[in-house]
Amino acid sequence: MSAPVVSASRVGKRYGPTVALRDVSLTVTPGQSHALVGRNGAGKSTLVSILTGLSKPDTGTIEFGGEPAPPVADREAWRRHVACVYQHSTVIPHLSVAENLFLNRQSGGRFAISWRRLRAQARELLDSWGVEVDVDTSAGELSVEDRQFVEIARSLSYGARFIVLDEPTAQLDHQAIDRLFARMREMQAAGVTFLFISHHLREVYEVCQAVTVLRDAGHVLTAPVAEIAHAELIDAMTGERGGLTVADAAAREALASDVDEALVVDGLSGDEFDDVTFSVRRGEVLGLAGSNASGKHQVAETVYGLRAPAAGRITVAGRPLKTGDVPAALEAGIGCVPRDRHHQGLVLGLSIADNATMTVLDRLGPGGIAAPGARTRTARTALSEYDIVAAGPDQAVSDLSGGNQQKVVLARALARDPGVVVLINPTAGVDVKSKGALLAVVDRVRADGKAVLIVSDELDDLRLADRVLVLRGGRVVGEHDAGWADGDLVADIEGVELDV
Amino acid sequence: MSETTETMAAPKAVPKAPAKKSRAGWIRDVALLPALVVLVVIGGLVNDSFLSVDNIVSILGSSAALALIVLGESLVLITGKFDLSLESTVGIAPALGALLVIPAASAGFGTEFPTVIGLLGILVVGALIGAFNGFLIVKLQLNAFIVTLAMLTVLRGVLIGATNGKTLFDMPDAFFALATSTFAGLPMSVWLAALAYLITGLVLRYHRVGRALYAIGGNREAARAAGIRVDKITWLVFVVAGVLAALGGLVLTGYVGALNANQGNGMIFTVFAAAVIGGISLDGGRGTMFGALTGVLLLGVVQNMLNLAQVPAFWIQAIYGGIILIALMISRFAGGKPQT
Repeated sequence: MSAPVVSASRVGKRYGPTVALRDVSLTVTPGQSHALVGRNGAGKSTLVSILTGLSKPDTGTIEFGGEPAPPVADREAWRRHVACVYQHSTVIPHLSVAENLFLNRQSGGRFAISWRRLRAQARELLDSWGVEVDVDTSAGELSVEDRQFVEIARSLSYGARFIVLDEPTAQLDHQAIDRLFARMREMQAAGVTFLFISHHLREVYEVCQAVTVLRDAGHVLTAPVAEIAHAELIDAMTGERGGLTVADAAAREALASDVDEALVVDGLSGDEFDDVTFSVRRGEVLGLAGSNASGKHQVAETVYGLRAPAAGRITVAGRPLKTGDVPAALEAGIGCVPRDRHHQGLVLGLSIADNATMTVLDRLGPGGIAAPGARTRTARTALSEYDIVAAGPDQAVSDLSGGNQQKVVLARALARDPGVVVLINPTAGVDVKSKGALLAVVDRVRADGKAVLIVSDELDDLRLADRVLVLRGGRVVGEHDAGWADGDLVADIEGVELDV
Repeated sequence: MSETTETMAAPKAVPKAPAKKSRAGWIRDVALLPALVVLVVIGGLVNDSFLSVDNIVSILGSSAALALIVLGESLVLITGKFDLSLESTVGIAPALGALLVIPAASAGFGTEFPTVIGLLGILVVGALIGAFNGFLIVKLQLNAFIVTLAMLTVLRGVLIGATNGKTLFDMPDAFFALATSTFAGLPMSVWLAALAYLITGLVLRYHRVGRALYAIGGNREAARAAGIRVDKITWLVFVVAGVLAALGGLVLTGYVGALNANQGNGMIFTVFAAAVIGGISLDGGRGTMFGALTGVLLLGVVQNMLNLAQVPAFWIQAIYGGIILIALMISRFAGGKPQT
């Protein structure tokens, strides 16, 4: 057997106190497609960034074909070994496909670029890998599928024969996925090796020969795909529950059946979701689960008014809600922790006091006066109530840790004492301790009689829910009552049938 | 995708030791004061008349118009936008107000409206220009920089067209009153600017609309998600900036004693310089009115010193520009943060 294309041995990486990767080893044999699976936060991205030379491992070594990997600074050398096609585009949209392929190495005379030769070269490159794309179109107009092929061809032209595909199927429809797999098999036959990342286990079985599972920053197993059953794979991904103690909804008494419905969503359709109906009662927690493309985030964002629905009604405490209007949602008593705290949750340059009071600026004093004293007092209460570790209310939120930042976002969401709380990825990117603290607050809020809608990738978050709705392709496809088995829920989310 | 961002965001999530940062903003505000004091001391040493009451009143009087315009620009900058057209508003708003009032013989429209209408007209023109800028930038979502650059040119052209490039003289005394009448020894224009800074400073610190400006400039999406009516407030800021620029134009007219078709021309550079020297971030979300005011005063003092020192007229521009560069460097290092 020839030397492995890439071999990582006992690689570890930490970001401050967060262990992103712990003693992970991975060996990929030439000509294979090797799957890398794991739930969000398992360490896949960190491993990929190490394998592609974007970050340097703290411990362990990387070898390509038996040779030690080049230093991180030598991008050229890395490019000859490995390339990654990300979910987000890395082409320059306004330049032509031809120019994108040969950016910064355009052929030509001594000074001027020979456009004719550049086009010919690009044509030749794409033809040799069977990519049928017009080299003169601007790269921004390509479909996701074509864009991925162009990026693969570009990587191959640098000499790399090891390509990392980061969730290449996430934005593709069925036919496109089939075409991608057909092309992958052709390239594989021509000596290209793939590391294939996907949330869809079905695809792993279809196109890969080996699979590696990561969980909680560690390596769980590596096995030939043919020798591992679906259920085993899902078990490996979910594993035992961590050291976190979450107030499991299954353990508490069922809600009385006569409790008012606080939030009713009726036939809601919009961006990437269709005809979603559910209701949440006071004191109830409803979970929404699904893959990133399932539309679950969009549903929650529509409830809070961040997006306008195409059809459907939302009723809060018996009154119809004006949709697509955040101030109206706040007024109706909805609070929200948005999907990404850096994007929508926080103004990083401002203080904790400013951020935590942003939703209640109209309530701090007469005539809209929001004096620093009142803001500081409100924030001080939030600091103790949500257990935020900070120097004081005047500290800028950019100085806080991720967990404490997220607590500020939660404080902002709860500042108006809403009757309905919408939480989108409420514990994303925070450490275990903060996660426990955040979820404890959510449980407290529920016990106060608020209705909670929680959208998350994390099973720990969903465990708080009385019911979990599973979305796939923008539609509700399943419902799990509290006490679900991890494997069942994950299988439903990933859209696979468990082998019995 | 979301997973990538989460993991990539991990380095940011590293908890730092709780820093003693709470005072940094305050220090940034007063960063310019030492420089201002040093300048005043040097001025006093170099020229006996510099510290005389008359001269200080003259510095304040000559800075009042700039102060009002910088105030408007600062609000726009804090909100995370640009308005270059303010310098043309400075010219066209008082001119249109004057044309409504002065007789046709003096190149007016011939309407000869009462003076009050003319003065109100000035403010209305400023508000309308701001509202139109706001429409283009907020509603049509055009780029603020280039839209207001175009407006700068259009408005200047309209002013020159409407006056045939002539200077307007025959305005009623009320048009000059802000600069000529005094209260407690200071021109009314200085009181007006001081009052405007005081009110704006208080609103920025003590009112929800003021806090909303910082939130919008700091992170529009987060502000939107917190229920702040981002578009409405941004629009309002452009209107307020237009009105302040029109007011600044009226003050300038009074100070000069006539209304030239070039009034305000080229002024926007000084406006931005004063704002940035004063710690207003061009990226939005940062800066205070106190800082902006010290920026204005610093430039006013420099200008005055150059005049007193009898620097040859042909060299004044080069030296003035050079001093602005130096002031930017000083405030960069005194403030401790990159000027963005």
